[in-house]
Amino acid sequence: MADHPKHNYTGLLGWVEDRFPLMETWNYHLAQYYAPRNFNIWYYFGSLAILVLVFQIFSGLFLAFHYKPDAALAFNSVEYIMRDVPGGWFIRYMHSTGASFFFIVVYLHMFRALIYGSYKGKRELLWLIGMTIYLALMATAFMGYLLPWGQMSLWGAQVIINLFNTIPFIGEQLSVWLRGDFVLSDATLNRFFALHFFIPVIVLPALVFVHMVALHAVGSNNPDGIEIKQGPKGNRWSPDAPKDGIPFFPYYIVKDVFGVGVFLFVFFAVLFFAPEMGGFFLEPPNFEPANALKTPLHIAPVWYFTPFYTILRSIPDPWYGTVGMFSAIILLFLLPWIDKNPIKSWRYRNASHMANLLLFAIVFLILGWMGTKSVEPLYKELGTRMTQIYFLFFVVLGIHSRPFANSQPSNVLGILIAVVLGLLVWIGSGFLSFGGIFAGIVVGLAFALIFMLGNFIAKQYFGKNGVKARYAAWFFILLGLIIFYDVYFRFVPSDTTATVQMLLQLIWPVVYLGVTLLLPALSPSVNAEKPVPERVTE
Amino acid sequence: MANSGVDTKRRRFLIAATSVVGAVGVAPLAYAFLGSMAPSARALAAGAPVEVDVSKIEAGQLTRVLWQGKPVWVVNRTPEMLSNLPSLDNALRDPNSDVLTQQPEYAKNATRSIKPEYVVLVGICTHLGCSPGYRPEVAPADLGAEWKGGWLCACHGSRFDLAGRVYKNVPAATNLVVPPHYYKTDNIVLVGLDGGKA
Repeated sequence: MADHPKHNYTGLLGWVEDRFPLMETWNYHLAQYYAPRNFNIWYYFGSLAILVLVFQIFSGLFLAFHYKPDAALAFNSVEYIMRDVPGGWFIRYMHSTGASFFFIVVYLHMFRALIYGSYKGKRELLWLIGMTIYLALMATAFMGYLLPWGQMSLWGAQVIINLFNTIPFIGEQLSVWLRGDFVLSDATLNRFFALHFFIPVIVLPALVFVHMVALHAVGSNNPDGIEIKQGPKGNRWSPDAPKDGIPFFPYYIVKDVFGVGVFLFVFFAVLFFAPEMGGFFLEPPNFEPANALKTPLHIAPVWYFTPFYTILRSIPDPWYGTVGMFSAIILLFLLPWIDKNPIKSWRYRNASHMANLLLFAIVFLILGWMGTKSVEPLYKELGTRMTQIYFLFFVVLGIHSRPFANSQPSNVLGILIAVVLGLLVWIGSGFLSFGGIFAGIVVGLAFALIFMLGNFIAKQYFGKNGVKARYAAWFFILLGLIIFYDVYFRFVPSDTTATVQMLLQLIWPVVYLGVTLLLPALSPSVNAEKPVPERVTE
Repeated sequence: MANSGVDTKRRRFLIAATSVVGAVGVAPLAYAFLGSMAPSARALAAGAPVEVDVSKIEAGQLTRVLWQGKPVWVVNRTPEMLSNLPSLDNALRDPNSDVLTQQPEYAKNATRSIKPEYVVLVGICTHLGCSPGYRPEVAPADLGAEWKGGWLCACHGSRFDLAGRVYKNVPAATNLVVPPHYYKTDNIVLVGLDGGKA
């Protein structure tokens, strides 16, 4: 046994340890994994997500004992589970409630990463793996929602699969291939059932495992965003361990068990008293069997997809709508490369950054709420404005990541982007048509002009260059782009109702850009960063 | 074992050859598996044409039939509805049906139909495939004073007029599809075939 690591375990444990790294793994991941001692309430959601995954796998397994993935039988088999299978209703509601709670904890887990900068400091891969988990989770939830074969199942899936239809050239064949038929049918239901088993049971746990391996290799971040591994060494348990770390087992296990207790209290309260959650967790039209002749009057995806759904429908073109929706997710993948500020936690970043994150969260919630509403002029415009702010967030995040940079955005760079943008619009709106060339030139020219104009105004009122001028220039440029987008792509002279809404609700991007960019241009105190302490705080 | 006897060139050749043979093997395997997800022979065989008796549709009413798993609408438009159509041209994205994939040649006209009053449309929104709701009334409160009747897609708010033509500034970019169809007799329209007129 010379090639095996030495250990002091005796008896059965020693026998096992000679043949399998049982205690070695236990120690590496739990008993000797030193996590920062200053975790707060935000650090419950990772372990809770694992708990819900386990809930989902087990409740799903027991549902599959009775469910029939057949277009003729599926709806009735779900009703059979609800009415005739002993305790079937409980298992089904556990599964459907679990789906929503999965997204609640995952969204909170992700927001935690945003506010404490947990995607920074060699944690880029950890973040990318996490985002992949989020994608796999969305795919799983989407396919699961088809299985009851109700009205919302059918039409929801119809819309999402048709997203692929909008891809130029290959879209049509791709969506037929995904469905296995020319319309959403039994073939689709059958494969969705298989995938709804395969992804969460095989792929998700594998991704979660890789997520944990990456986390434990780098070490956990904390609310102060300080690397405890770079701090002083030596604690009660080990002279080499970080002084500000405590072993995950037993300390954080006990903390998480408390979190589990609170979580279960809320979870089962919903399961027993409001499993449909007023139509948010299970939508009323889904209690009607699927009918290919009739779309329900108000269709909306389940709440956890509605923010992206609003983005989709606020862009007046199928292909660009799909692009917009998917880039809303892809941009999240890029956070570690957009936000390059060395300070991780928002506690020590400037106030504008904090405002940006809070406004982003609020905008995300409004987008979600809009997705459940029907498209009336007021809501349509609100959805569009929130979509604009959603995308502005990423630009502003990049601007805030260098709060003391003191040069205005370069006009050369602006013109380069304008050329690329113009070319994209040209290709996108008809390569060989006169209209396409014209559109490309208009968009490119407008972008370049707005860029230079923004720089010029900032120079007039805030002096050339300097921190203030940089913020002001970006404020004018981004606001100019929003107004150009409104006028060029959305303005229809004959539609007065929409125009009035457009003008009134211009207030939202103005307020957003004002708070995040104009305020730091006017007052240096909003832009001030706080000193990061050496050690984690209580 | 020392390194002395290692023929690295030969080793590299063997690794390359194994990889190539492996990749050649993966291609047909992928083809077989991915190909199995395409529509089966049974799905390909479905899609027979359907008959509609237009004389049974009241003026202004819409009837639905299922063709190839999709809803198909036949509407008997009143003279008033037809006379409203040209007035909307400015608010529409493709008033003259210039996107040729959206209708057969015999339906590329002002009413997008063979007989002016009866329009035959695939009832699937050209945005993302919901089935829009029929809203024939003029200027209802929720659709605004400019509304002259048509379809509203509740999913994403796309609007179409009573010839299935799409409005500007809505998510859908093209007019509703007119399926191939022809009149077998004066009153019977066959959806799915165009009687050799294509």
